[in-house]
Amino acid sequence: MSSITADGQATHSHSSHEFGLGEFISTYVFSRDHKVIGIQFLFSTLLWFLIGGLLALGIRWQLAWPWSDMPVIGPMLFSAEGGQISPEFYTMLFTMHATVMTFLVIIPILAGAFGNYLIPLMIGADDMAFPTLNMLSYWIMWPAFFFFGASFFVAGNGASSGWTSYPPLSTMTESAPGSGPAQTMWLLGLTCVGISSMMGSVNYMTTIIQMRAPGMTMMRLPMTIWGMFITALLQAFALPVLTAAGFMQLMDRTVGTGFFAPEGLVVNNSAMAAGGGQPLLWQHLFWFYSHPAVYIMILPAMGMVSEILCCFARKPLFGYKPMIYAICGIAGLGFIVWGHHMFVSGMNPGLGMTFMVATMMIALPSAVKTFNWLGTIYGGKIQFTTPMLFALAFVSMFVLGGLSGIFMAATPVDVFIHDTYFIVAHFHYVLFGGTAMAVFGAIYFWFPKMFGRMMNEPLGKLHFLLTFIFLNGTFFTMHILGAAGFPRRLADPYHYETFRPLLPMNQFMTICAILMVASQIFFILNFFYSIFFGPKAGRNPWRANGLEWQAPSPPGHGNFDFQPIVYRGPYEYGTPGASDDFCPQTQPPQEGEAGTTGAH
Amino acid sequence: MAIFIWSAMGWYPLEGHWFPERVVANSSIDHLFYVILALTGIVFVGTGLLMFWFLWKYDGKHHEGPVFYSHGSHYLEVLWSVIPAILLLFLAIYQMDAWAGARMRRPMLENGQPKPPIARVTGRQFEWKIQYPGADQKLDTADDIYLVNELHVPRDEEIVLEITAEDVLHSFFLPNFREKQDVVPGMKQYVWFKPVKDGKFDIVCAELCGWGHYKMKGQITVESRSDYDAWLKKAYDDQELSEFTLAEAE
Repeated sequence: MSSITADGQATHSHSSHEFGLGEFISTYVFSRDHKVIGIQFLFSTLLWFLIGGLLALGIRWQLAWPWSDMPVIGPMLFSAEGGQISPEFYTMLFTMHATVMTFLVIIPILAGAFGNYLIPLMIGADDMAFPTLNMLSYWIMWPAFFFFGASFFVAGNGASSGWTSYPPLSTMTESAPGSGPAQTMWLLGLTCVGISSMMGSVNYMTTIIQMRAPGMTMMRLPMTIWGMFITALLQAFALPVLTAAGFMQLMDRTVGTGFFAPEGLVVNNSAMAAGGGQPLLWQHLFWFYSHPAVYIMILPAMGMVSEILCCFARKPLFGYKPMIYAICGIAGLGFIVWGHHMFVSGMNPGLGMTFMVATMMIALPSAVKTFNWLGTIYGGKIQFTTPMLFALAFVSMFVLGGLSGIFMAATPVDVFIHDTYFIVAHFHYVLFGGTAMAVFGAIYFWFPKMFGRMMNEPLGKLHFLLTFIFLNGTFFTMHILGAAGFPRRLADPYHYETFRPLLPMNQFMTICAILMVASQIFFILNFFYSIFFGPKAGRNPWRANGLEWQAPSPPGHGNFDFQPIVYRGPYEYGTPGASDDFCPQTQPPQEGEAGTTGAH
Repeated sequence: MAIFIWSAMGWYPLEGHWFPERVVANSSIDHLFYVILALTGIVFVGTGLLMFWFLWKYDGKHHEGPVFYSHGSHYLEVLWSVIPAILLLFLAIYQMDAWAGARMRRPMLENGQPKPPIARVTGRQFEWKIQYPGADQKLDTADDIYLVNELHVPRDEEIVLEITAEDVLHSFFLPNFREKQDVVPGMKQYVWFKPVKDGKFDIVCAELCGWGHYKMKGQITVESRSDYDAWLKKAYDDQELSEFTLAEAE
């Protein structure tokens, strides 16, 4: 098979013959090369990121100027209502915003795009353990894209029982517009995403365990790989539960079983046939996956940030092993804290106490990680590049998001703030302020490797600055709304006297949100311009240590043009006695150099 | 960032932008919120300042000399594991009593029986059905009083409410009472509180229940015992004079 050869650097002996359509398709479309699959995931998820962001603007529009015509697209979409967002459409907007962002953006961009692209490169392998499975894991996303996308257009305009899809609302086709065929589509889409993640997870675990280059011990793996590895474990153990629960809900909807419906339900003045179930069962099953999924959405980001911080502080990672133990601790605890989503659900209050203590404890490894990041930048020679700015933003935003989690962990406080904007503030800080910042940082960081060209730094910094300002303008204000008891998911919160004074603050947030989305134009311009016209990058433009930087940019098929052998840990920057301020993992120990054996 | 946030907050009057007025005797939720806010605030500001100080001090543009070469410190790791652990454990234990008070210690009568509910609140798309037991103090008997979205409770008494749902999940949220509980079809649950201030307050539905979720609004009125008794009697008389039958009211 032929391959993408880069700058003539790849010494793989592929003759540069003209290739036909079939070969084009097998190289760029149905490719089994992990790098192509990673980039396919990247483009798909970035497109959905844009769609998810626009859906969010719809929500914000309604909360700032309720029942007013949405500019430009309002009259096109809702001509029947005269350009206004209807309450039905509003419930669809927040349901699909969360669904898209969770299942089609954050999880696949971390595991699918960066996991695929980076794992073999960073461990010194030539590809994934199961390349065909890898290809399938991308192409099974297309039915998911189709189902989620088509659910916008079937009767009822998109699933609208919240991304948590709590029954009985989600299982009763009579209960609401949007709980018709759209909800079935939603469940099918979810199943496809689940299958894709499962294929990826098996592949990542096998690859990391089996295909490491000589000398690449587990304790020399970069933090990104540790993050991906633990994420894959979480997916392997938690995901089957969600998939099974999704099937149960599908059965409830289609063949009339009653897993989640209790006896004697009356909906729209007609009694429901099925019974014998329990609505809380779904919540237990759903959160048993979706709580660990929260860590699936942050652990790889934490790894990538560690990478970037070390590289641009020109220092070793502070506390490599404690960082790994912290990831494992977060993952382990992540399995026993799902009940904190259910403190006011009607679950046994005694269980609330248990879950509360476990949830409080999960802040501990997170604190360890934060302090180690601070230790990493301490005493360094910090270079304020765009990826570094995003990584630093990740740290500070993650601290804020993590600390606000303590409010929810405290059961009595949760009684008041549950289902208010305080929660919305918390997870947007973790997922946008945290993960999305890390993803932007990672794109700026690994872009030269992926496309062989550099991104524009001033444009990148402008993108960073605007995103950072408007992100805080949008999401910090949510804490204040939450403290006022402002509930989520209300099409018109001003229906209640209590929340009327909050309208101006919502308008401020909406303006910030619009500007935040608009700032992404600088990213899009920079990204596409640089793919074609950016200055050429060498193999190692950031002077970084990882194995991936020893491969050509972009790497050819088979990744390395030599057999990488690993002699040291991943973060040997600034080693006293070394000839340069960084020692690549492939560089054998030199004479007179301190700490040659790798991580401590 | 802090300057930005404070200036953003300063653009609007802050009334209505923090906790709604509290009208119950129990202040433990507010108190706990402020305790956590103080602790997390100190941590956030502390780590933030530390980070900015490092960024300023170790800016590669002017920081001369070799980097501080270290792979970590066992001593520091222990220190910054143990201190947060103690703080978190303190928080966890500190709030257990408030949780027990809110969810586990249901008010009792002098004879050792749990206090019966003053009313039953049933959520359904998209209204709150309220059922008072009437003169015989028993629910589901002939003298029950049925109302929609209108709940009255006497002041300075421990109020117990039975809450349930008949179609989908709803959440019984009283912002001024710091009370929130999902109502689940098939389950009977009890909430309790002691109002100390007269007035009319919102009953909010806080769990998505369909397209009309936003308008599932009720009103709770706190008044003196005598006003409450008079209101309840009037509600009963109005119902008896009404031409609707009980079956229609359902």
